Amino acid sequence: MSNVPTNLCYAKSHEWLKVEADGTATVGISDYAQSSLGDITYIQLPKVGTVLKTGEVFGVVESVKAASDLYAPAAGTVIAINAALDGAPETLNTAPYEGGWMLKLTLSNPGETTTLLAAAAYEQLLG
Amino acid sequence: MSDLHRTPLRDFHAAHGARLVDFAGWEMPVQYRSILEEHKAVRRAAGLFDVSHMGEVDVRGPEAGKFLNYLVTNDVAKLYPGRVLYSPMCYPSGGVVDDLLVTMRGPDDYFLCINAGNVAKDLAWIREQSSPFAVTITDRSDDYALLAVQGPRAAEIVQSLTGAKLGLVQYYHVTEGTVAGIHCLISRTGYTGEDGFELYHAAGDAVALAEAVLAAGAPRGLELAGLGARDSLRLEAGYPLYGHEITQDISPLTAGLGWTVKLDKGADFIGRDALVAEKKNGAVNKVVFFKTGDRRIVRAETPVLGANGTIVGRVLSGTLSPLLNESIGSALVTVAAAREALVVDIRGTKLNLHLVKPPFVELKKATQ
Repeated sequence: MSNVPTNLCYAKSHEWLKVEADGTATVGISDYAQSSLGDITYIQLPKVGTVLKTGEVFGVVESVKAASDLYAPAAGTVIAINAALDGAPETLNTAPYEGGWMLKLTLSNPGETTTLLAAAAYEQLLG
Repeated sequence: MSDLHRTPLRDFHAAHGARLVDFAGWEMPVQYRSILEEHKAVRRAAGLFDVSHMGEVDVRGPEAGKFLNYLVTNDVAKLYPGRVLYSPMCYPSGGVVDDLLVTMRGPDDYFLCINAGNVAKDLAWIREQSSPFAVTITDRSDDYALLAVQGPRAAEIVQSLTGAKLGLVQYYHVTEGTVAGIHCLISRTGYTGEDGFELYHAAGDAVALAEAVLAAGAPRGLELAGLGARDSLRLEAGYPLYGHEITQDISPLTAGLGWTVKLDKGADFIGRDALVAEKKNGAVNKVVFFKTGDRRIVRAETPVLGANGTIVGRVLSGTLSPLLNESIGSALVTVAAAREALVVDIRGTKLNLHLVKPPFVELKKATQ
């Protein structure tokens, strides 16, 4: 069973997004995503300052099995990236919702996150 | 996955949390916990692999040795009872039908271990080639299960379960004996680059043997290891995998396996003329092994570019070396290009291929 925290929202492409108290958003990939990928060996993230559109490819996560694109769950400007993942990509396997966070964004349209899936709906999608 | 073949250990794997995948028509464990961690466990202590999908064939009869020496490129005449030989088996073109282990069990009695994905093809080929010889070919693939115990502590673990004197069984030799009370052909061979044993046994005994090895091994650091780790271990050791480094179109000479092609063994063999010609005229291509200094995996079929940006070859295998923490692989490139800088483009980033003579890591196993 995948871990699907209820305080996050989810994209159908298996990224999660958390709206922080200050209105910024943190983005990562779900437990289901890391588990499906298997051992994660490499992560490519955008530069701080990159402006992302909803659904735009913002990076690549690579496992022993395959390389997969990462999609922005909401539009925004990258204000921080988790540089620690560069040297320890396996953190994505062990802590996808904590140490495995990827980006922090200022959202272009904070209301947009309502179009993402709530935990219950995402769990349903996983079946 | 109901159409897939299952080894006797399929439910054992599932109960131990394996991720089961289709491999060559078999439902096999690709990993239990983590490919990278299983790989490291084999290099550090030991791993237990179910390789029961491999095929086994008995070759018996007064001309068994003579036939096998005609069938394969290495020199079967050098075998004696208890000795194992690795060899490619070629087409007349010099391309490879399969690579296999030939074990001499006794006079006129040989035992082959062949790749799972090639069993039907190999059997048809072997039977066709055997018709002029006084031999009997018997497919034993369903009778045998095969467990591989590999790693620096493998001998200690297997020894704790057997009265056979494993210290007397040298690398690439076999002995018969019981392990955990189960009759086994105990073969000091493997596909990881580590010391270890491959235990051939009756399919009905597989679960009991796996449980016994796991129980004896776990306190010594043994972990269950899947086909994912098996592949990264063999690539780190520089061993070929059929369908990648050796194929119908890549001869053993091109693959750098010249040591297994005994052109002067004093007997004709299938593919000899083509291999003599390849040796004389020089091959167009060669298989090289590379590392990149980068963690991005260079996957099979990635084009390899030469100094001026033209395509000079393609990648055959690629993975992340868990010990080197960088991506490693093999490629088929033109002989001329192999002397110059080689580059691959991974999602817009150019990576230089640094050619390496394998193994990629220091291995402590005995030599063959």
